[in-house]
Amino acid sequence: MVNREVIGAHYGLGGWLAQRVTAIVMALYTLLFLILMVRAPQLDFSGWRMLFAPQWMKLATLLFLAGLYLHAWIGVRNIFMDYIKSNSLRLVLHVSAIVWLLVCAGWSVQILWSV
Amino acid sequence: MSKRPIYLNLFQIRLPLPGLISIMHRVSGALLFLALPLLLCGLQQSLTSAESFTTLQTAFSHWGVKLVAIALVWGYLHHLCAGLRHLALDLDIGTELAAARTSSVFVLGISIVLTVVVAALLW
Repeated sequence: MVNREVIGAHYGLGGWLAQRVTAIVMALYTLLFLILMVRAPQLDFSGWRMLFAPQWMKLATLLFLAGLYLHAWIGVRNIFMDYIKSNSLRLVLHVSAIVWLLVCAGWSVQILWSV
Repeated sequence: MSKRPIYLNLFQIRLPLPGLISIMHRVSGALLFLALPLLLCGLQQSLTSAESFTTLQTAFSHWGVKLVAIALVWGYLHHLCAGLRHLALDLDIGTELAAARTSSVFVLGISIVLTVVVAALLW
């Protein structure tokens, strides 16, 4: 076995940690969201919109979605690293995933702040 | 390096339950990633106007849309439960074989039961 230091250069610890931190953020938001849904007086269009009206809810939702995109990036990166043997194809997939998730992030901001 | 036996016929490997939970964690994650455009479209539809909200509501009366929604709800719940189990394992909680098997049963069971509850509410 190769004995490596886990600190210093990139040995995947950053990604590993980010995946867990974002997981906790998303789990907490899920709990918050369920509580808000249960407590909402009525869930018609105006009630649903009202849920996302406060600034803090927009920011909490954006934090959840940004966490989701970072989490998803690490996840699909791991899947590509495990199954895609061709370097060039893997590079294309990695770049596509990053671009796509950045588009999703921009789209999320647009959706949330249109309320 | 010594030659080790390679045995990767996926149809003959009998995966233990924790292994099954693990690969389902990956599959559900991939499923949710692929469904992202659908989910964002839905969120946008639901928030844009009363008309688009109603359109989305009408779409949900179709059984096919319900099935897709239920599949995604299962994916989310399984990924969440299996993920919480992984976080516990990271903290060295439940790493014994018996405990790891028991928690796998719980992950599988809880996510399926909760999915059935959501499905009942939706239908």
